[in-house]
Amino acid sequence: MLNAEKRKTILLLIPIILVLVGYVLYPTVETFIESFKSNGLFTLQNYVDFFGPKAQANLEALWNSVYISLLSVLLSACIGVPLAFIFTRYHFPGRSFFSGIAIMPIVLPSLVGVMAFMWLYGEAGLIPVALQDLLNLEEVPFSIGGVTGILLVHAYTMYPYFYMTVSSALNNVDPSLEESAANLGSGRFGVFWKVTFPLLTPALVAASLLVFMVSMASFSAPFLLAGGYRVLSLQIYFSKINGDLEMAATQSVILSAVSITFLLFMRWFQNRKDYRMGSKGIGAHRSEVTNPVLKWMMVSLGVVAMIVLLLPHAVLAILSFVPEGAWTWQKYPTSFNLENYRLLFEDPNIWDPVRNSLIMAFVACVGCFVFGIITSYALVKRKFFGKNLLDILVMLPWALPATVVGMNLILAFNSKSIFSFGQVLVGTFWILPLAYFIRFIPLVVRSTNAVLEQMDDSIEEAAQNLGARWLYTFRRVVLPIIMPGVLSGTLLAFVQAVGEFPTSVLLYTLDNRPISIEIMNQLRMFNLGQAAAYGMIQVGLIAIVMLISYKFFGVKSENTL
Amino acid sequence: MTAVTLSKITKQFGDVTAVKELDITIKEGEFFTFLGPSGCGKTTTLRMIAGFYYPSAGKVKFNDRDMTTVSPEKRNTGMVFQNYALFPHMTVFENVAFGLKVRKVNKAEVKRRVEDVLEKVRLKPFIDRQVSQLSGGQQQRVALARALVIEPDILLLDEPLSNLDARLRDEMRNEILRLQREYGITTIYVTHDQVEALTMSDRIAVFNVGNCQQIGTPTEIYNQPVNDFVAEFIGETNLFKVKKTGEGLFCEALNLRVHTSRENSMKNESIKMSVRPEAITLSKTKLEGVNVLVGKVDLVQFTGESVHSFIKVNEGHTTLKVTDLNRGPSTYLQEGSDIYVQLPPDQVRIVPVAKE
Ligand SMILES: Nc1ncnc2c1ncn2[C@@H]1O[C@H](COP(=O)(O)OP(=O)(O)OP(=O)(O)O)[C@@H](O)[C@H]1O
Ligand SMILES: [Mg+2]
Repeated sequence: MLNAEKRKTILLLIPIILVLVGYVLYPTVETFIESFKSNGLFTLQNYVDFFGPKAQANLEALWNSVYISLLSVLLSACIGVPLAFIFTRYHFPGRSFFSGIAIMPIVLPSLVGVMAFMWLYGEAGLIPVALQDLLNLEEVPFSIGGVTGILLVHAYTMYPYFYMTVSSALNNVDPSLEESAANLGSGRFGVFWKVTFPLLTPALVAASLLVFMVSMASFSAPFLLAGGYRVLSLQIYFSKINGDLEMAATQSVILSAVSITFLLFMRWFQNRKDYRMGSKGIGAHRSEVTNPVLKWMMVSLGVVAMIVLLLPHAVLAILSFVPEGAWTWQKYPTSFNLENYRLLFEDPNIWDPVRNSLIMAFVACVGCFVFGIITSYALVKRKFFGKNLLDILVMLPWALPATVVGMNLILAFNSKSIFSFGQVLVGTFWILPLAYFIRFIPLVVRSTNAVLEQMDDSIEEAAQNLGARWLYTFRRVVLPIIMPGVLSGTLLAFVQAVGEFPTSVLLYTLDNRPISIEIMNQLRMFNLGQAAAYGMIQVGLIAIVMLISYKFFGVKSENTL
Repeated sequence: MTAVTLSKITKQFGDVTAVKELDITIKEGEFFTFLGPSGCGKTTTLRMIAGFYYPSAGKVKFNDRDMTTVSPEKRNTGMVFQNYALFPHMTVFENVAFGLKVRKVNKAEVKRRVEDVLEKVRLKPFIDRQVSQLSGGQQQRVALARALVIEPDILLLDEPLSNLDARLRDEMRNEILRLQREYGITTIYVTHDQVEALTMSDRIAVFNVGNCQQIGTPTEIYNQPVNDFVAEFIGETNLFKVKKTGEGLFCEALNLRVHTSRENSMKNESIKMSVRPEAITLSKTKLEGVNVLVGKVDLVQFTGESVHSFIKVNEGHTTLKVTDLNRGPSTYLQEGSDIYVQLPPDQVRIVPVAKE
């Protein structure tokens, strides 16, 4: 006999499973099947081609991707970990201000960030050109592009992962541990190596895995900077553009395999009992830097780092005032005015992409909001068989590179299926909101999980005991309690969806272009100012969302990642 | 007014049997306590009455109505949770009014009843506070008010005082009793604190791992424990194995032929004698009669209102604990001095061994 509780659980699970199976699992399976097809026959030929001599480009791209990802991990760690140490262990003038600046890279959407890097350090970039003029050189002294470009952008955008995880781990290390080790006669280096480092290992591993996954999936940086350099996420796009869907599917499967391996590894690692400390609320001791020379060296280093970190933001802001034609063949921009912003609000052609993005992101986020709440509730508060499996399915879109999500959708919905209500979705308005929805399910579910886990089960039971039915309890008690967490997650998903590039470039339709596609268009037409203005809109949105999250929901910007 | 009948209820969690074939009848208006060590199934039983668990077997009845599988929101019980489970996003008023709003009571009536009950728990001045701004004891009283305001048929309390400090606990104990008497609600109270159980209850059920050992009034439980588990769990006692011999009972540990004036028709092979520390007579001069031992004072412990003396008997092999009220330093025994001990036959209780 099914009791009422079980019936409720099943009722909750039905829509969750339908959505996940229809829009996450089924597209993934379609891609998997497609990768075994060649001219309508089932075969391993695509894989033979991938690994064989016939299409060496693929194998090369895979190795390049792995190579870049490993180097990205290394570089990000080299920047993020020392920064975390400096900011948590030393006190010097302006410390908290600088530590706030240190996470600024996360407010740049990836495409916009890459663009700013190009303008700054690219071949015709402002800094190389300025240096050339200053030093009277024949050629530009340096410029980024290819592997170095990708790596620089990755290091810039991904070191905050290390910085933030290591900072919070360091804050949780009980200083008395280190003190007692020192007391027992360990040298400074010994203390670090024997005590601090093992305690930081979980954070370091987690950040490394994350950065590796994000780099493997990275699309915008190679798209703009790679030149002839091949990486796997980009190869998928090229195969698709060339109409070779089977190869695109094969590449997707291989890229996903790497990512999912990492996801599983990470879950395993996080579920392991780690030696987090019991003592809380101690906060790190910070040693005051007393040596005046050292102190001012640190401060000036901080200022320099701040300038480097904020240059992309600054250049974006400045260039957004450069009207069309004022910086094409010229060395430097020749005029500044509000033209781009005026056009944005007056020219429907310019405004439409913004509107499209806002509408599509909104639709997707309404979906994420509703689905995220239900799913998270089921995952956290209900017992059922196969919960682990469902959890993995929910997190799958997070582990899958965006390009793969896009490919999955193409392969699943370029023909009629029951999940698209018998429609072909590719080429319609609905495909992009669907893609955004899928991409950002994990983000909303995770932020909702965090608040739901904080909520004691007995609160619901108390409401039920007072005579409230489940739905009433859910509406009046559960929802209000978890709303801040859900909203901050959803808002974050919203701003990311507004700037989303990889899935957009695979799925957009001409009459429904999102911002990111229009940015690419403007770049192609050398109308950099307009592209920068679009970027500024996104940065503005992100800033607003972070402020709202912080002010109203008490969510720290660090935790929104 | 509601009576609760549990007949042969069993609850299993996978392989663990949390409650096994429990039979209890709780009378209308009674203050009934579940007492037992941690993990013995008290909470599980309470939650079956509230409806959060359904028994694996057996029946739960309120009066004559079978409630075994009725869902919690239809049972009209008022539960006070160990961690209070107040709604953190609501004020004191909203918390207390919740149950009434669910019952669609009209606004004016809600206001009147909430104010009424807050008056009773002495929280009227805090009516518009956010619950996070209250002290532990105040939160406790909000939880109590929230449960009482719906005029539940049964009040269920799961270790409601365990998070409070000793003084507040005393105060709240009286508060709960006062309210229970005032409302006359059938109340089931879960605790592992024996003082709480003995002072508050009309009747107590003593639990041990999954089953009920004894049900009775506090005096019955204390004075006539049915087995060694109950005797040992409630209060202090001196417990020794005894054997049946041709001439009667013999206690090896004390090397004593034990006389007891109490009925003793125990069929059990393994039996024990229990004698409370405060029932033992001590004397510096020789004592006449049965159950007399000679010993040495080993240790004297002063606790304030009473004095514990530990007496070594049977050539130092066994220690007896004896408690006397504090009557001033002149009455304290000298450690190391010889002493005569008598276990009054009417205070020696023979109990079967429950646990092995
Ligand atoms: N939901 C559950 N799933 C599995 N086992 C459970 C569950 N709830 C209780 N148990 C087990 O049932 C037994 C009785 O638990 P219960 O919570 O009723 O004990 P208790 O008497 O209330 O103890 P305490 O005084 O510590 O609160 C324990 O062994 C416990 O581990
Ligand atoms: Mg309990």
